[in-house]
Amino acid sequence: MPFQISAASLGALFFQFLNSFGFIVLATVGLAIIFGMMGVINLAHGEFILIGVYGTALPYHAGVPLPIAMLVGVFVTTVFGVIVERAIVRHFYDRLLDSMVATWGLSLVVAQLLLIVFGSSLDSISTPLGNVDYGPFSSSVYRSILLPIVAILVLVGLYALFTRTEFGVKARATIKDPETARAMGIDTDRMYVTTFAIGSALAGLTGALSAPSLGSITPNRGGTFLVEAFVAVVVGGPSVIIGTLSAAGILSVFNASGSFFVDTFFGQMLMLVVAILALRLLPGGITGFIESWRQRRGAE
Amino acid sequence: MLAAVGTGLSISVAGCSGGGDGGSSSPTVGILEDRSGNFQLNGTSKWQATRLAIEEINEAGGILGEEIEIVDPDPQSDNQRYQELTERLILQDQVDALWAGYSSATREAIRPIINENDQLYFYTTQYEGGVCDSTIFPVGATARQQLGIVTPYLAEQYGENIYIIAADYNFGQLSGDWVNVLAQENGYNIVGEEYIPLSETDFSSVINRIQQEDPDFIMSMLVGANHENFYDQRATNDLDIPIGTSTAMAQGFEHKRYDPPALTDVYCGVSYMEELGDLREGEDLVADFYDRWPDANYLNQEAQNNYFSVYLWRDAVEEAGTFDQEAVIEVLEQGRDVSAPSGDLTLDGATHHMEHEMRVARADESHEISFNGQRRIGPSFLREEVEGGEGCNLPEEDQTTQYVPSDVYDV
Repeated sequence: MPFQISAASLGALFFQFLNSFGFIVLATVGLAIIFGMMGVINLAHGEFILIGVYGTALPYHAGVPLPIAMLVGVFVTTVFGVIVERAIVRHFYDRLLDSMVATWGLSLVVAQLLLIVFGSSLDSISTPLGNVDYGPFSSSVYRSILLPIVAILVLVGLYALFTRTEFGVKARATIKDPETARAMGIDTDRMYVTTFAIGSALAGLTGALSAPSLGSITPNRGGTFLVEAFVAVVVGGPSVIIGTLSAAGILSVFNASGSFFVDTFFGQMLMLVVAILALRLLPGGITGFIESWRQRRGAE
Repeated sequence: MLAAVGTGLSISVAGCSGGGDGGSSSPTVGILEDRSGNFQLNGTSKWQATRLAIEEINEAGGILGEEIEIVDPDPQSDNQRYQELTERLILQDQVDALWAGYSSATREAIRPIINENDQLYFYTTQYEGGVCDSTIFPVGATARQQLGIVTPYLAEQYGENIYIIAADYNFGQLSGDWVNVLAQENGYNIVGEEYIPLSETDFSSVINRIQQEDPDFIMSMLVGANHENFYDQRATNDLDIPIGTSTAMAQGFEHKRYDPPALTDVYCGVSYMEELGDLREGEDLVADFYDRWPDANYLNQEAQNNYFSVYLWRDAVEEAGTFDQEAVIEVLEQGRDVSAPSGDLTLDGATHHMEHEMRVARADESHEISFNGQRRIGPSFLREEVEGGEGCNLPEEDQTTQYVPSDVYDV
C-alpha cells in the first residue's frame, strides 16, 4: 500500500530516514573504529552492544533512573572491552582472518553466558519521550529525533578526538607505523588498549541507547545490529568518520525511500542492492574512492 | 548400526523403525525443543512441560509397567541441527515417539526424515494448518481455528476494515491468506497487507502506512523477538487501533515482558494461556509446572499442547498394549477424547488434528488477560474442505501432504 504524496507523508519519509540513519550510525561506529584504526574485524561487535543493553536494563529494572543506567551500560562494556583486548585481541593484531575466528568464538561464548546467567529474557523497557504527530502520522521522538542527534554528536566528537588532540595524533601514528611511533616515544601498547576501549565504549553507548528501543531483550539480539554495521563499514571505506557518515546517509536514504514507496521488505532489499553496487563500482568504499580521486587530481 | 547412523544410510535399519522391538531397550521418547537461539523463549517452556508430563507418568508407574526414558538434546533453534538430531534420535536412540520443533520452517525441515522412517511425531505449535501426514499429529490450534475465532470477534466489535501485517515466511504468508479467506467469507475489506522480513526491527514506515489507511483493526501475525518491537513502537506512537493476532502473548508472553500499555487491546485467538489455569477437576497444571521449574518464565499455549499430547500418547500406548508405533497410530486414528487443562478436547482420527476449545484472549490497559467468546472449533479445513470436500482421511489413505488455502480458495 504506497503512500499518497503530501506534505505530511513527506514528513513521515524524512523521519523514517532519520530513524534509519541514527540506527545505522550507532550500530556501525564502534565496529568502524576498531576495524578502521586497528585492522581487527570484531565479529563479537553485536555482543558488545548486547552487553551495553544488559548493562543498562539490569540496573534500570533494579530501580536506577534510565540515564544513569545507560552510563552503567557504557562503563560495563568499556571494562569488558579492555579485558577482551588484553586477554584475546592483542594477540591478533594484523592477523585479520584469525581475529575473525577468535571474536566469532567470543560472540558465541558471550551469548550463551548471558542465557545461562540471566535466563531467556529480560523485561523490556518502553521507549521514552512519546511522539510528534503531523497530519495522520506520528513518529517516535526518541528514535527519529534523539538518536540521530546523538549519532551526529558522536561523529563530531570522534572527529575532534582523532584530529584535534594529542591522543588522536599518537593513536593515528601508532596505527600508521607502530615501529616509528615507538621510536618517537609513543607507548603503542597503551594506544591499542585505549583505541579498543573507545570502540567498546561506543558499542556500549549503542547498547545503552538501544535498550529502550530494542523491544525484546534476549541473548540472541546481538545479531540485530550486525548486518547494517558490516554493510556500512565496507561501503564507508577506510576513513572512519567520513566513511560512517556517508555510508549511513546513503544506505538510509535507500532503505527509507524503499520502505516508503514500496514496503519494508523492498527497503531492506534496496539497501543491500545499493551496497553490492557500491562495492562493485567503488571497491575501496566511498572514502577509498574519494581518496584515490584526490590523489589522481593531485598528480595531474 | 553406528555406521548407518553416521552416513544417514537408513536402508539397513529401516526395519527397526517400529521402535522398541526386541524388548532389549526401554521405551524412549525424544524431545527436541529449543533452549537456546532465536526460539528459546518459546521452546524452553515446551521442553519443560514435556519433561514434566513424562516424569509424572514415570512417578505413577510408567506405561505398561515400564519406565520411559527421555532423550532431549538442545537443537538450538538451528534447522540443520534439527535434521541431524532427528536422524540420530530415530536411528540410534530409536525413540517410540517424538516431540519436536517450534517453527513451521523447522517442521518442514525434518518432515522428510520423519516420513522416510515412519516416525510417530507430535508437532505442538499453533501453526498455519493443512499438514495431512500419516505419522504426524499436529495437535496445536491451526490458523483457521485461531484466526477463525478472533477475526469475526473484532469485526463485530470494531468494524470491517482490516490491515494485515505478517512475518514473511511460510507461516506468515499462509496466515495472511487465511485472513483473506475469512474476509471473503464474511464480506470484510482488506485495506492493506504487508509481509515483513523476520530480521526487521524498525516499524516506523509500517506504522505510518497503517496511520494513513486508518483501519478498524489490525491482524498481526508477526513472529519472533525482532518483530515484537512493533508492539512497543505502536505504544510510543499512540496507535490505539486494536490488534488481532495468533502469535502474540500466548507464546512469548509479551504482556508480561513489556510495560503496559504496549499490549493494550491486543486480542489473541488461543486454545490456552497460563492465565486460564487448569479446567480439569482437582488438577492444577500451572502449580505443578512452577513446582517442577521454579525459574520458568511462563506456561505457554504450546507447552500445554506438549503436556496433554504426552498423556494422549500414553493412553494410546496402553490401549494398544504395545509401544509399536504403527499400532499406536492405529489406536490414535480411531479418535480420542482428551481431558486437557484447556478443556475437554477431541482428537480427530481422520486428520490427526484436534478439536480445540478456542477463546479470544484480550489484554487490557494494565495487561490483565480476560477470555471471551469461547467456541469449540474443529479442523474443518482438512476434514471438510480439501480434495473438493472429500477431506483428508489418513486411516484410509497414507499421505505426506500439506494443503494450503489456495488449494481451496481464490487467494
